[in-house]
Amino acid sequence: MGDHGGRGWRWPVLRQVTGPDRLGLGSAAQSPASADLVPRTATADKVVKSICPYCAVGCGQNVFVRDGRITQIEGDPDSPISRGRLCPKGSATKQLVTNASRQIKVRYRRPHGTEWEDLALDEAMDMIAERVIATRRETWEDRDSKGRVLHRCMGIGSLGGATLDNEENYLMKKLYTALGAIQIENQARI
Amino acid sequence: MTSRVGFFTDTTLCIGCKACEVACKEWNHVPDDGLNFLGRSYDNTGELNADTWRHVAFIEQPALAPATGIKWLMSSDVCKHCTRAACLDVCPTGSLFRTEFGTVVVQEDICNGCGYCIPACPYGVIAKREPDGRVWKCTLCYDRLKGGMTPACAQACPTESIQFGPLDVLRGRAAERVSELHGQGVTEARLYGDDPNDGVEGAGAFFLLLDEPEVYGLPPDPVASTHRLSSMWRTAGTAGAAFALGLAAAFVGRRS
Amino acid sequence: MGTSFGRGGATTFQQDLANSDCIIIQGSNMAECHPVGFQWVMEAKARGAKIIHVDPRFTRTGAVADLHVPLRAGSDIAFLGGIVNYILEHGREFREYVVPYTNASSVVGESFRDTEDLDGFFSGWNAEDGYYEADTWQFEGNEVERDADNPKEVAVGEAHGHGSKLSGGRAPITDPTLEHPRCVFQILKRHYARYTPEMVEEVCGVPRDLFVEVAETLCQNSGRERTSAFCYAVGWTQHTVGVQYIRTAAIIQLLLGNIGRPGGGILALRGHASIQGSTDIPTLYNVLPGYMPMAHVEQNETLEQYLEMNGSPSGFWGHLPAYFVSLLKAWWGDAATSDNDFCFDWLPRISGDHSAYQTALDMLDGKVKGYFVVGENPAVGSSHSGLHRKALANLEWLVVRDFVEIESASFWYDAPEIETGELRTADIGTEVFLLPAAAHTEKDGTFTNTQRLLQWHHKAVEPIGDQRSELWFYYHLGRIIREKLAGSTDPRDASILSLTWEYPTEGPHDDPRADAVLAEINGFDAEGKPLSAYTEMKGDGSTRGGCWIYTGCYAGGVNQTARRKSGKDQDWVAAEWAWAWPANRRIIYNRASADPDGQPWSERKKYVWWDEAQGKWTGYDVPDFTPDMRPDYVPPPDAKAEMALRGDEPFVLQGDGRGWLYVPAGLLDGPLPTHYEPHESPFTNPLYSQNASPLRQRFARGANPYNPSAPDPGADAYPYVFTTYRLTEHHTAGGMSRHLPYLSELQPEFFCEVSPELADERGLEHGGWATIVTSRAAIEARVLVTERIVPLTVQGRTVHQVGLPYHWGTKGLSTGDSANDLLPLALDPNVHIQEAKASSCDIRPGRRPRGRERAELVESYPSVEKGREQ
Repeated sequence: MGDHGGRGWRWPVLRQVTGPDRLGLGSAAQSPASADLVPRTATADKVVKSICPYCAVGCGQNVFVRDGRITQIEGDPDSPISRGRLCPKGSATKQLVTNASRQIKVRYRRPHGTEWEDLALDEAMDMIAERVIATRRETWEDRDSKGRVLHRCMGIGSLGGATLDNEENYLMKKLYTALGAIQIENQARI
Repeated sequence: MTSRVGFFTDTTLCIGCKACEVACKEWNHVPDDGLNFLGRSYDNTGELNADTWRHVAFIEQPALAPATGIKWLMSSDVCKHCTRAACLDVCPTGSLFRTEFGTVVVQEDICNGCGYCIPACPYGVIAKREPDGRVWKCTLCYDRLKGGMTPACAQACPTESIQFGPLDVLRGRAAERVSELHGQGVTEARLYGDDPNDGVEGAGAFFLLLDEPEVYGLPPDPVASTHRLSSMWRTAGTAGAAFALGLAAAFVGRRS
Repeated sequence: MGTSFGRGGATTFQQDLANSDCIIIQGSNMAECHPVGFQWVMEAKARGAKIIHVDPRFTRTGAVADLHVPLRAGSDIAFLGGIVNYILEHGREFREYVVPYTNASSVVGESFRDTEDLDGFFSGWNAEDGYYEADTWQFEGNEVERDADNPKEVAVGEAHGHGSKLSGGRAPITDPTLEHPRCVFQILKRHYARYTPEMVEEVCGVPRDLFVEVAETLCQNSGRERTSAFCYAVGWTQHTVGVQYIRTAAIIQLLLGNIGRPGGGILALRGHASIQGSTDIPTLYNVLPGYMPMAHVEQNETLEQYLEMNGSPSGFWGHLPAYFVSLLKAWWGDAATSDNDFCFDWLPRISGDHSAYQTALDMLDGKVKGYFVVGENPAVGSSHSGLHRKALANLEWLVVRDFVEIESASFWYDAPEIETGELRTADIGTEVFLLPAAAHTEKDGTFTNTQRLLQWHHKAVEPIGDQRSELWFYYHLGRIIREKLAGSTDPRDASILSLTWEYPTEGPHDDPRADAVLAEINGFDAEGKPLSAYTEMKGDGSTRGGCWIYTGCYAGGVNQTARRKSGKDQDWVAAEWAWAWPANRRIIYNRASADPDGQPWSERKKYVWWDEAQGKWTGYDVPDFTPDMRPDYVPPPDAKAEMALRGDEPFVLQGDGRGWLYVPAGLLDGPLPTHYEPHESPFTNPLYSQNASPLRQRFARGANPYNPSAPDPGADAYPYVFTTYRLTEHHTAGGMSRHLPYLSELQPEFFCEVSPELADERGLEHGGWATIVTSRAAIEARVLVTERIVPLTVQGRTVHQVGLPYHWGTKGLSTGDSANDLLPLALDPNVHIQEAKASSCDIRPGRRPRGRERAELVESYPSVEKGREQ
């Protein structure tokens, strides 16, 4: 009976005739789904503090996560720079990080190949390490013609960094420098 | 009912960034509206419809004398959440309803896609989504309001061109802003949709414009198709109440 | 910025723009490219500030500015030089600021000759080798320290972020009356005397009244009671004289007393989340973390030479040994000892330009064989992108790390050159590894924003599949390489095997902990405790730290960059939100916000001041000064580093503590900014018979043809000026926007913006197609005819400008030709940044030809392939 009665109370016509909304345009018309509606941010497991990855304004972002998935990304009102606001790119951040066109698996194109091929990540890492070591050996310069120290390899370059974290740039510069690779560049000049 | 809330969109502050369009889609999971180069200045979404609930219009026009050069007007349009909402009045299913915040919302669990509301809207806001079949429009982020949050577009807006709040507060603020602009010599500043005596009995989303509404693609004198039917509906309400007595009795009887 | 003030970063922070009385946005389209930062401009406007936008195009920034000033792309130095002249001509400088705080009073040697004397050249021009010998630019009585074997390398360049060390930059002779005919102030006056409103009109196409309105508005809003700010972006940097653009603004702001003060400053608006960070901790060939130069083969044979060459007797660069040795210790740990010069010989040596463009040419030549592309897309984003695609096609191996399959990964089957037949898939030997990258929500770490602020972002979710962070990738790549080389006795492997590479890992993929890396960047003392300030670093090897300017970000073992006290609960400076370098200062050089006696210039512009009772500097921000140095401090003769500066010298990184109006060394192309035409221009230079900058960096080779410029034959084939730019709705080369439906629908196609007059002249139809041609490429775009593009009158004739957003390529939802295909490789010699903002072109109605005919169309246009390789 309880179930039946509950349904009865939520039946629009009954609410229309018994509630304040005699025209049936307001609360009387509210569906169960509408009545139970809560913002999905309210049901997040956690809110993670983040920073927008697009330009260098550095807007604060709140990342809402439920069951290990991002359900919403929006401006962080606490940020003294952005005060909770985001531009269209910043507002599209959830789509950026969750959209289906993102690459999930390593893709490999062999020399002169006409198709992408699959390659395991471990194998790719091993192959890249081999390439680095070989090219480094091949293009190594110990000293110049006047006997001055060079300690470098001129066959390995790198491009990028302005979209990455400081910690990542740091490991890049540290590793490349130790390898003797100097043609290390990023968007600051592009 | 809590106090009625709405939007005041101050177009003098709009920088045409379209954050409102994207933030709305992200929050409400509105699909993209097709990739169409329209050549209408920087506007490529065209109009409000089932898949665009915020729409930024771009209008290029000569500057007002004595200034020379060009003016570039930008304005983020949205559902007006009318006081007299024809869409709501004509909805036969009870899908469209007025929320406790005074906003007008389509309940997608009820909408059967009959489409009566589409011609009823004097602004051409509400529209059907194909192949879904149902109608869709701005909900003023009903779910966010229930959680005490600001609607997504107003939350994102970088320059506070879109302001959200209790409607009476917004109207006061808007009036002050117009006086301020007039004081600065911006005599073309005017409000649109703030008048409770207009054809929709005042909009829940109103605007500060710098030119005639039609320049922005807004109807100059919108009238809800049901505007003059209010007396009829009052009669209907009385009849409904009488019917209710009998109906309630029937329910009570069934409960035993 | 570095050469003028001492540090290569914005002098102020975005929120402070709200305190400005006038904001000039030039070389930036801030409302479109930095909309959320632009709220502070709107806030200033609401408080009554004047907003002026100087830009070839009427943009969304111009739409809300009080004044939009259209000027010819590439003519900004003439415009800004005109403002300098206006200030000096009318005595509008803030003299009480200028005399003590700038080098205006410094007297230059007798042999200096200005461009006004030598028709567009400074003294010291070596015509044979095409470079300047800077001897004659020095202050009277200063010796020049120059390597006789390598005269070209005397200048270290703007990218190093700090000025010259030449005798500390301090002039032996000064004239505080500013009357000495060879003092900087008088030289400046003469240098800009011809930059009159009439000349501005002639060069820039800006009506003289409009120009005067800008100059006057700026002057009226500067001084004790009022301050004005400049905002710029790549609209200034991307020119063959880009550094000098910024220098001209620096001169204006120093003359008007707008540096180091609230509402003042120069805000560099950067376009990537951490482009400031990737310069501070540089993935750049010529610098080490904290703007310390890379070791040079000729000048830095020993550690001692390096420190001698790059240090300074006065100012904070006086502690270079502490910063540098701490870095070597951070990298090589116990292997670095004073006996082996802290492994100085393990630093690879640079020997010239190894920048991205030179590297692309080296790829074409087969010298560079392997390449990593991480979060960048040169096949779309780099100037003359076709050349870069061909360069990628000539590699042995290529690693691309990105979210999606970008054009730099797919070039081997879908580059435009495949269609024209210039490249064939089967002929391309490049082995390509496309590795999916983790997003910012999938990793911990810091971005450094445009105002030098390090902000930590927390990991929210695990990446899926093979997606990994760059931190993971480089850490494990290093680990694997070290494992493979383990046991090697080859001396060349020692630098990699002895590298400190032990980081704690966590999670299902053994991610290295970003906070451990940040702690290393911050540095540790001899006991292993985190350093709290770079002033604690030592040159004896007892401290280690990866980036001295970031020291303090992990003070007390606490991640200061993760601080998130709400802005609503703080004052407007919000010092407890994240952490800014240096030392959490938000406005740098803020000693200048007080007068020489240490008191605020005015109550309205109060910021940092001397508190006599407490015997220290205090205020709203961390004082950018020795905390207890009295304003009347005069250094004893034997004082070193910052103690060798006076108590009223605010620019503590400069050897003389002054802001530099005149730069005696540190720049290759001259001590003062001078107007030159862009490398490719339909106009000659009305000021000098030298048209373009004599020092602009060119690359002489067939793969890099140039448009002829006026007055050379063939120039009239390229009668229009074009400029490239971004839109709000897209991001750079499109990898983060063209794949997203919500952004792609907002600007779904590549378009060009032209005036109705140009449309008439060339029969271009609104909504139709146009083909834009240079000597490098022919591309097609939809036509947007708009009155926002105004034809200008320059040198008595009409010039049409063509606007080209550069986001498009072959991949993603929204595709189109790449505007950057049109651009030449012509660079600023100081920083090797390309000229992307002003060039010449032709435009024709209709779509471009397909296949081989496309290449033939380009070949039918005139080109010059000569030039000087540097």
